Amino acid sequence: MDIEKYIKSGILELYVSGSLSEKENQEVYEVMHQYPAVKTEVEAIEQAFMKVSEAIGNKQSDSSFSNIKSRIDAKVVEIEQVPQKRNWLAYAGWAASAALLVGSLWLFNENRQLKEEIQITNTANTNLEDQISKANESAEKMKALNTILRAENIESITLEGQAISPNAYAKVFWNKEAQLAYIDVAGLPAPPPGKVYQVWSLTLDPLTPTNLGILENFNTNENKVFTLTNTNNSQAFGITLEPEGGSATPTLAQLYTLGVVKS
Amino acid sequence: MQLEQLISKFQEKDIKSFERLYEMYSDSMFGVIYAIVRNKEEAEEVLQDVFVKAWKSSSSYSAKKGRFFTWILNIARNSAIDKIRSKSFNQGKQNLDATFFVDILETYDNLDTKIDISGLQKYVNTLRDTCKKLIELLYFKGYTQKEASVALKIPLGTVKTNNRKCISELRKNVLK
Repeated sequence: MDIEKYIKSGILELYVSGSLSEKENQEVYEVMHQYPAVKTEVEAIEQAFMKVSEAIGNKQSDSSFSNIKSRIDAKVVEIEQVPQKRNWLAYAGWAASAALLVGSLWLFNENRQLKEEIQITNTANTNLEDQISKANESAEKMKALNTILRAENIESITLEGQAISPNAYAKVFWNKEAQLAYIDVAGLPAPPPGKVYQVWSLTLDPLTPTNLGILENFNTNENKVFTLTNTNNSQAFGITLEPEGGSATPTLAQLYTLGVVKS
Repeated sequence: MQLEQLISKFQEKDIKSFERLYEMYSDSMFGVIYAIVRNKEEAEEVLQDVFVKAWKSSSSYSAKKGRFFTWILNIARNSAIDKIRSKSFNQGKQNLDATFFVDILETYDNLDTKIDISGLQKYVNTLRDTCKKLIELLYFKGYTQKEASVALKIPLGTVKTNNRKCISELRKNVLK
């Protein structure tokens, strides 16, 4: 690669201002790690931007890090300060704190695992074609499906099996622009008679489920990929087993799979 | 400590590393926000929001997707633009075509303050208007290369090469 030409092309200036596509960003990242001269150039561009911005701000700001620190600590302080008057309330407070801590650690760990899982998904994605061709769908249908799942702007989320069915899994391919979610449930067991799977879009803080729809005719859908409309700003997806016709809110005891969207 | 290390410790929620990053980037981010909201108190408010957001979503940063500077710049300009949007919405007027950079020197001239802007003058004065416009769109408004090409009615490749020339000029001025 002609590095001088690459630098002169102007791509690095666009890289620093954040004006490139995700794919181009990745390319620059790789080149940068291969060629120190490119990294030096990127740093110099960044410096120039920083200097100009600092000059605009002129150090007028009086805010300090302690303002921010107090805002990110705020939640913890609230819990600790709860009650002194009644003992049982204090115990409840501590118990809640402890539960929160354990919960947070668990979530942190879970989150890390999910992230690893998501990375693996990218590889798994490549294998998807194989997986799909194993299904009994007609070639045309498969081709159409492939085109959808290969779209550049599609996001792939792996939903992991939960307590009730640890070996289950599902995948969601979410095209935000088209507001469509393709639910691949080849990894779910067939639902028992009278029951149906229902898909939920979740926002996490506070945890709010929104119904995306039920997976009707599970057994006769040969490729086990369902298309649902998703207009939500989903942070996670979950699938529960519900009575026929679906439920208004998810039955969490019957939560089969759950996965967090890579932001 | 290397920037990479600092960032990874920040992502592990190490508050000291976060404070270091704040020291490194808060002045420049304040400048970006100020250019957009044009009000000191509001800019400080947004600045705090930006760093709180950065802390909360630290895990979403990945070096593969871009520079840390670009990541935080993106949070800053989005938050600042949101701020003026909600303001113009409340006041029932549309000022979304507002300029953030092309007239930055004039703003200070109008503000009868004792603030020393000779530094900014030195950096920006020699820039041609087309350069200021380009920097405004790409850097302050977060346009993509393609969006800038449409907005300025110039070919995609020209955006790239013109911008390179403009930033080179800026870099020369910064080094002077």
